[in-house]
Amino acid sequence: MIFALSGSTLVLMSIALPSGTTRPTRGRTLRESLRRVADAAVTPLSVDDVLDVFHPLRGGRESLQGRIVSVTPETAESATILIKPGRDWAGHVPGQYVRIGVDVDGVRLWRTYSLTHGPRRDRCISITVKAIPGGVVSNHLVHAVKVGSMVQLEQAEGEFVLPQPMPAKLLLVTAGSGITPVIGMLRNLFSRRLAPAVDITLVHVNQNADTAIFRDELRAHGDSGRITLVERYDDVHGLLDVSDLADLVPDLDERLAYACGPAGLLDALEAHHAERGLALTTERFRTVLVEPAGDGQSGGTVTFADGRTIEADGATPILDAAEEAGVLMPSGCRMGICMGCVIPMTDGAVRDLRNGAVTVAVPGETGSAGVPIQTCISAAAGACHIDEGARSR
Amino acid sequence: MTAITKKPVNPTAHLTPEDIEQLGIELDAIRQDVLDTRGEKDAAYIHRVVNVQRRLELASRAVLLGSALPPLWVLGTVGLSVAKILENMEIGHNVMHGQWDWMRDPKIHSTTWEWDNASTADGWKHAHNEIHHTYTNIVGKDNDLGYGIMRVDEDQRWHPMYLAQPLWNFINACFFEYGIAAYDLELGRNLRIPKEKRSAEFKANLSKTLKKIRKQATKDYVVNPGLAIPFGAFLPTLAANFTANLVRNIWSHSVIMCGHFPEGVETFEKKSIPERETRGEWYLRQMLGSANISGSKAMHIMSGNLSHQIEHHLFPDLPSNRYAEVAPKVQALFEKYDLNYHSAPLPQQVYSAWHKVVRLSLPNGWLETTNAKNLPEQAKLLWAMTTKGPKIRRAAAARLQQQARKQARAA
Repeated sequence: MIFALSGSTLVLMSIALPSGTTRPTRGRTLRESLRRVADAAVTPLSVDDVLDVFHPLRGGRESLQGRIVSVTPETAESATILIKPGRDWAGHVPGQYVRIGVDVDGVRLWRTYSLTHGPRRDRCISITVKAIPGGVVSNHLVHAVKVGSMVQLEQAEGEFVLPQPMPAKLLLVTAGSGITPVIGMLRNLFSRRLAPAVDITLVHVNQNADTAIFRDELRAHGDSGRITLVERYDDVHGLLDVSDLADLVPDLDERLAYACGPAGLLDALEAHHAERGLALTTERFRTVLVEPAGDGQSGGTVTFADGRTIEADGATPILDAAEEAGVLMPSGCRMGICMGCVIPMTDGAVRDLRNGAVTVAVPGETGSAGVPIQTCISAAAGACHIDEGARSR
Repeated sequence: MTAITKKPVNPTAHLTPEDIEQLGIELDAIRQDVLDTRGEKDAAYIHRVVNVQRRLELASRAVLLGSALPPLWVLGTVGLSVAKILENMEIGHNVMHGQWDWMRDPKIHSTTWEWDNASTADGWKHAHNEIHHTYTNIVGKDNDLGYGIMRVDEDQRWHPMYLAQPLWNFINACFFEYGIAAYDLELGRNLRIPKEKRSAEFKANLSKTLKKIRKQATKDYVVNPGLAIPFGAFLPTLAANFTANLVRNIWSHSVIMCGHFPEGVETFEKKSIPERETRGEWYLRQMLGSANISGSKAMHIMSGNLSHQIEHHLFPDLPSNRYAEVAPKVQALFEKYDLNYHSAPLPQQVYSAWHKVVRLSLPNGWLETTNAKNLPEQAKLLWAMTTKGPKIRRAAAARLQQQARKQARAA
């Protein structure tokens, strides 16, 4: 259904495009030539770099940014971050997520969070973050981030969205912060003047009532009869056994199911639904916990952009190991000072041979172009993928 | 200066190999201290400098639209000069060293930065970061020793063309950005190669540099003056841009001269550097081959913190705003290992560097053996050395050095 929707938008756009390009031709070329003059006046910067100083949220930027408008605590360990996105924010379908780049202690780190806001006149977007123990970004966002600071954004993505038209009966299963994409769906559904004719049951699992994000808002929906809310708390009911689901939701087989939560629960649910021949759509959150090779000494493998893989021990710079294997690598001083060998690592972990510091790249979590590493002083610390052809952005 | 291995007393003679390795370990510890505390404050610093620089440049260019009025011309030109200096020194040079790569911000990164200078970022990173910082002050390997056009070390053989080097140096100072561009291309060496034999790499780099120079010149001498035409300020704006570039060139040339040229900074023989130089040995060479400029905080920022040249050469990838706090620890190590921490105020260092340029424009020993009485003879000798071919030159040079040594022993 989603594809059908985007397909129809595509058709609309292709109809709109010709008229859109013919009419303002003169204006656009004037604009383009003005831009050219402006660029020539500020080279080697572009006029974008200059405008950024004054208006970082304007449209037409090469990348999207946002400014944090407010941080509202939800529970002791979670908060909703309201963000004013740049002009080019293209909107989202409830249930989708956004990749967000946050500067934590000066270092830009990328994470993915579900969008939790309902319709808003001010065009702001929100994410709701639960601080996980040891989570650098989540703890920063919940406890330390300053209102007014800038974050990097990408456009919304994700397939975890409700079908159109809506089925008659829905089952939503969420655990912990798994509620975040679902709250966005509910807020958008119930903000319509006409409540949707869909019968929703929400099974919401948490460790205890105190850590349940959006508890009161969900109870209000339940009390008013808009949804059937099944609250499950580990400290009261014990861990949820998916085989009990049929008891909690009597008409389970009639409901189209969506679930979001920790991997253990989702795996069990998938097996459970598959056994009953029922459809299930899930959304998996991954917490970034890449383990560098255990003892802090042993190396790993290095895979290059052309598909070749080599073994590299934990004491040899990737540059040397690669060159020994005949890979053409950019290089410079070979002692970590000139940055002539910096290339992006798209996945994996490396160790700085000078001080043992470990750098980790996780696809989808660290920057989309990978993490730039100095190959001349970095040794593999696990399975690494590097793109030796591309000097990083 | 003379390469340390040729000096009567080698200033590192008192250090054992173990001392040198221990010195390396202690310097590594200083570096690690900064890495461990590097964070939000440092990021805020560079963001602020970039922000201030961009506003200042924009404001100065706006003021220059009215530069038909002399006070506005002065104001705009001063502002633009400072903006250009900040961009090249505290921002460009340091960003291209990778000092801010740890922030993972693609906008402030050694692989993406392009600076307001005739030389391309790629050319600069190769010639400066890779060659100069690795082979610092090794005669015959580090082209920064005289940039290939000057004699700044006794061990570089004297040639009559060096008589004009004070003039070269002055001209190089005025047009320093083009000097750097030519230097990064190794233009002199490459132009001596017949055209059809020049490498494809050189040709590609040359065309990139020419393109950059054209863009830079178009900005400063066509577009911005052009924008001032409606305000009747084409020529004043043109003059202001030229002046700002001149000021930036002379300033950066002076600061950079102070880094390695002052009297007393050590140089090294190519053959004295071991095949596999240890980290400690490399550190030691950096310590002896650099000189600092002492001064105010503003002076440090305007020099891109190259006033902390010693610290910069030891830790070229540490954020420049941290060199000041590292300096006392580094200086303590110099004292502990009984080495000379070379630091002096700017005028003194500039004078010292220029003194060396003038002194070494003459053959070794000539100045020392010249006095008011024998001046005519000495001048005649110099004339002969200049005009009568290499044989006479070598013989005279040997005699001059002998005389100078004898005179020194007598004194």
